[in-house]
Amino acid sequence: MSMTTVTSEPTTGVVVAGAGGPAAKTQIKPYTMNFGPQHPAAHGVLRLVMELNGEVVERCDPHIGLLHRGTEKLIEHKTYIQATPYFDRLDYVSPMCMEHAFVLGIENLLQIKLPLRAQYIRVLFSEITRILNHILAVTMGAIDVGAITPPLWGFEQRELLMEFYERVSGARLHANYFRPGGVAWDLPDGLLDDIWAFTEQFPKFMEDVDNLLTDNRIFKQRTVDIGIVTKEQALDWGFTGPMLRGSGVAWDLRKSQPYEVYDRMDFDIPVGLTGDCWGRYLVRMEEMRQSLRIIRQCCKEMPEGPFKIEDRKVAPPPRGEMKRSMEALIHHFKLFTEGFHVPAGETYTAIEAPKGEFGVYLVSDGTNKPYRCKIRAPGFAHLQGLDFMSKGHMLADAVANIASMDIVFGEIDR
Amino acid sequence: MSEQALKELGDAIAAKLGGDVLTVEVKLGQLMVTVKRAAILTALTTLRDDPAFSFEQLTDVTAVDYPERIERFEVIYQLLSYKHNRRMRVKLTTDEDTPVPSAVSVYSAANWFERETWDLFGVFFDNHPDLRRILTDYGFEGHPFRKDFPLTGYVEVRYDEDQKRVVYEPVRLTQDFRSFDFLSPWEGMTNVMLPGDEKAALQDGSKTP
Repeated sequence: MSMTTVTSEPTTGVVVAGAGGPAAKTQIKPYTMNFGPQHPAAHGVLRLVMELNGEVVERCDPHIGLLHRGTEKLIEHKTYIQATPYFDRLDYVSPMCMEHAFVLGIENLLQIKLPLRAQYIRVLFSEITRILNHILAVTMGAIDVGAITPPLWGFEQRELLMEFYERVSGARLHANYFRPGGVAWDLPDGLLDDIWAFTEQFPKFMEDVDNLLTDNRIFKQRTVDIGIVTKEQALDWGFTGPMLRGSGVAWDLRKSQPYEVYDRMDFDIPVGLTGDCWGRYLVRMEEMRQSLRIIRQCCKEMPEGPFKIEDRKVAPPPRGEMKRSMEALIHHFKLFTEGFHVPAGETYTAIEAPKGEFGVYLVSDGTNKPYRCKIRAPGFAHLQGLDFMSKGHMLADAVANIASMDIVFGEIDR
Repeated sequence: MSEQALKELGDAIAAKLGGDVLTVEVKLGQLMVTVKRAAILTALTTLRDDPAFSFEQLTDVTAVDYPERIERFEVIYQLLSYKHNRRMRVKLTTDEDTPVPSAVSVYSAANWFERETWDLFGVFFDNHPDLRRILTDYGFEGHPFRKDFPLTGYVEVRYDEDQKRVVYEPVRLTQDFRSFDFLSPWEGMTNVMLPGDEKAALQDGSKTP
């Protein structure tokens, strides 16, 4: 690892025999080491200032904010529709889930109810997003502890899923597909069949990764009993999602506070027993299988009907109508210049994003722009636990911890 | 959760905390309790430890800036109870100079959330173990999420080829930053008096325009 070393004042050091023979003894001082901000194992621009005793981490101080773009401030200067694309750029490996929290917040302020098809489409793509995210989390976790094959296989599957993104929204990553009042476009013909075909070949990939990692001796040596988080710690430190379920708390917002049509879906919530990196890996693997079940139910039950609300004051009219109707043209023009006005009020909306509870605290003052939009990113709370999780572990285990937290800097630095 | 159940919960909290609670509101199916600034630690401790409330997790801490108010900042704590499956938020107000007691001793998660609030809004937290800036640049000046801080900021950085290092300079915009508020006189303005409106009011017989 290429890192700069900064010596600190000597304290109680460890005495070991040097290379010069039994007589030559070397003092090893606890030293402060800088890790990152550009480091392949840091999952982005993470800078860690670590105090090490030999190879053992004594203190770990994450310096974040290197990707801070002031998203929340920018959103205050945009209309609600203009602000949705910023959410794709938060957690850029699970874009649609981020949009979901924001549009649900707006819909709560507007007090509108979605048509059933729109809700099904949202759930379908939320679960596609969850698989998209967990493939990256699991396989990148594997590469951090030394296995290079899973990411190569995983990216092939991710590419298939991003193709579905592209077919509904026109973009592979920054979709801007969920809009206030529904989704931007209807599903194209044949998409559900292709998604079904995907669900038929995906278990083979899961099986391969399972065979390669789950009982792999090296993988287990690097993850079992590493970064143990107890239930109490997880609650105290604000952990959510797989970080919380890995520690044995059966909690998932899709079950406990269901939104959209999750209450119609039949799926299970995996819970880890050990609270270590391996437990969290197993939780994510099982969540992918459960997401697959939800995707299949959505494909089977997808109702016909409108994909966004008919209220033209919130959702734009279809293109075809704009060519013929003056009224539709005016609505379109007003929506994409001025935007809609949202009644004054405040709301906190949380969804179960792949990384944990992603919340949006939205304050409206009755104008067409949010007065304040605070984004509660799950990774932010997780990363501040890195210090207690890594204490007493080896330097390389800190990397395994970062990987098991599923860190993405787009959402942490905002 | 029904509005009625939240209302009852709010009343129970108000009864338990007594004079420390200023207002209890239920809006859009969400419970908001405003407490006195000095009482925030007792309020959070009670909400966490009392089995009737048992809000085990602090989900978020943030602030909202209202520059026209005397105490311009609202500090907001989002709480989540796993036992009862419900949420609430606790609010308090403060200004630029008055510190807020830090909640780190109650919830460890408050540490970074309060650092962020300090960094972006300049709300000072008393007895915080490590109140450094967190998201902005090393050596940054000001608190960027205040409403009086311009969106463009004050400084920009670039790499200087002559000095062989990154330099900070005042922001230079090739085009002015334009902001349209779209508050036209034709809609969205219901409470505003336009020139001439007072005549209509006088005709109605009402005294004050």
